[in-house]
Amino acid sequence: MEDDDSTIASEANNKESMEVEVAPALISVHPAQDSVAVAVGSELRVFNLREGCPVTLGADSNEACHHKESIRAIRYGAKGKLFVSAGDDKVVKIWATDSWRCIYSVPTEKKVSAVAISDNGQFVCYADKFGVVWVVELDELNENQTPVQKKGSPLLAHYCSIITSLEFSPDGQFIVTADRDFKIRVSMFPKKPIDGAHEIQSYCLGHTEFVSSLAFIYNQEFPQGYLVSGSGDSTVRLWDFTSGLLLHTCEVGSEVGEQQTNGTENNHFAVTDLCATPDGSSIFVAVQGLPGILVLSANLSTKTLSVKKLVSITEEDFIPTSLSTSLTSDFLWMVMGVSNLTTRDSSSLARVRVITNLNKSKEEKEEDDKIKILEDKQVPCGEKALEKLQGSLCIDKDVFSAASEAVKTSMRNLLIKKQYSTEKREFRKRGRNDKKGKR
Amino acid sequence: MQLDEKPQSGDESNPYLSKSTRLPRKRFYRARAHSNPLSDSHFPVPISPHHVNHSLHYPHFFPNSNSDSDSRKIEFADIGCGFGGLLISLATLFPNTLMIGMELRDKVTEYVKERILALRISNPTQYQNVSVVRTNSMKYIPNYFQKSQLSKMFFLFPDPHFKEKNHRRRVISPFLLDEYAYVIKDGGIIYTITDVEELGEWMKSCLENHPLFEGLSDEELEADPVVKLLSCATEEGQKVERNGGQTFRAVYRRIVPTV
Repeated sequence: MEDDDSTIASEANNKESMEVEVAPALISVHPAQDSVAVAVGSELRVFNLREGCPVTLGADSNEACHHKESIRAIRYGAKGKLFVSAGDDKVVKIWATDSWRCIYSVPTEKKVSAVAISDNGQFVCYADKFGVVWVVELDELNENQTPVQKKGSPLLAHYCSIITSLEFSPDGQFIVTADRDFKIRVSMFPKKPIDGAHEIQSYCLGHTEFVSSLAFIYNQEFPQGYLVSGSGDSTVRLWDFTSGLLLHTCEVGSEVGEQQTNGTENNHFAVTDLCATPDGSSIFVAVQGLPGILVLSANLSTKTLSVKKLVSITEEDFIPTSLSTSLTSDFLWMVMGVSNLTTRDSSSLARVRVITNLNKSKEEKEEDDKIKILEDKQVPCGEKALEKLQGSLCIDKDVFSAASEAVKTSMRNLLIKKQYSTEKREFRKRGRNDKKGKR
Repeated sequence: MQLDEKPQSGDESNPYLSKSTRLPRKRFYRARAHSNPLSDSHFPVPISPHHVNHSLHYPHFFPNSNSDSDSRKIEFADIGCGFGGLLISLATLFPNTLMIGMELRDKVTEYVKERILALRISNPTQYQNVSVVRTNSMKYIPNYFQKSQLSKMFFLFPDPHFKEKNHRRRVISPFLLDEYAYVIKDGGIIYTITDVEELGEWMKSCLENHPLFEGLSDEELEADPVVKLLSCATEEGQKVERNGGQTFRAVYRRIVPTV
């Protein structure tokens, strides 16, 4: 019995020491595709697509500009004038995209897990790992050389649950938060956010695992739009977010599982990110363990989602960790990558791929295969852009598998509740302080 | 102390039930006084309010497991119901209102469950409207109740969590009040009481500063029969009374603010 206990304990210890926390790479594209940003670990890389040149952050390249620990969230404002980055170093940085200077920095109490910018660019919201969403009101753009310090005020909170995604509704009336406790909360965004968002419009409940990502789909016919969510339960769901009604559930696990017959272990295919085309007709879904991307088509009048096709990128096991589209152009930008790869010489990996011909809602019957994966040279601004965003052009092939494994483990550790067997739980209870001396 | 087998109800020789009243005996349901509301939960939680199985809780009102024969909904929620004293009093005061107790400690929940079953057996026409569930109400309130479903919510003698570091574990907090306001209907009432002055102040100020709640006037408090139960119906309240302690109460109504 004693032996059993000690092996359980040492197993647990070994496991923990082996699993270093890593951060998946993130990508975000300017709404007019003026520039594109990739975050890997603490590094933020920006490439100016309009002028075809890499961007140096903070004109004077002073150290204070850079993040010191892993970046967990990046995003452009709807108008493209602002950019926000934040993460484990507990500082939210708000950048002006014309000069790429950091104009505001907001110190936070906890690590930041998600950010959002209101459509008019007046408010920046960020969520921390304890489930609190904070809001900062911005003044007119400040012209100082040094970033202005701001303080966030609490807006709303999920009770001690990591917030995984934060989105404003298309009309700006609501702010939507998703957490690892399967919940999606829709709150009225108040006129005076400093006083907090107390009115909850609805909860969208139905997921049976953590919710990883949110997106809105809307068009002229349905300007208010619908909410789409991806989750660790390998589904993508469509919601009427004003009532919290679940409209449709699309199982992506079965779809992906068929393709991946070599699918190892008792894998469930968690949705890691999703991204919609500006016209709301298609949704791109990144799935854990899937080299490539799943394309869903959304029908807003029948309120349904259906799997359109699976775009495989098998030649290099490209499993995207983050996706982004712009409002005006026809490209989907994807990144696969991770920080702190301990097993390799290269400390981090970022690989960027782009696909195009997304908007094929009409006459698609014959030309279904229009969606095209671009070669490195065909990417906007070509290899020059990739060199900046990836760090280098050539990437060792076996880094990919190590990276996808690391992302998977870190996501599991962060978001999935640990399941203990009864014996294990009893064992853990025995180590509890409050019972010592009573036996 | 070792008490792992589940007590069987209805068994004549069941030692956990009192011989004279057939009610469960509290000393077999000893539990620790506190439970950490922040830890991950291992009990099942309904995916959404539609998944709450009413026939399991109220077999008298919902005889079939999957029928909506009765459109009745749960209207009262006693958060942290403890040993269930308030629920038992409310059950006969509002015989046609469905009510539920929510408690995080499993042994205590088990006790209340047995108590209700025993009461239903000895009073066949009563106590069909009351039930209990083991859950973490700080995390899962929206999983149990729809928007504007509840007309009363009770928070009686909650854990005080004195340390400032632990204030976020308090069951009344500005953020959690947003969730309670979501499940309480317009005009519904939230009842709180404590014997800890500091916590009483805290709960009162949280409610006072919340835009969706307003305090009841003295006359309204006087007229409400439930207010009297707050201090005398629960086990905790009786203990305070025995010791001659003071209680601090805050009773607030859910309002729709005029913009």
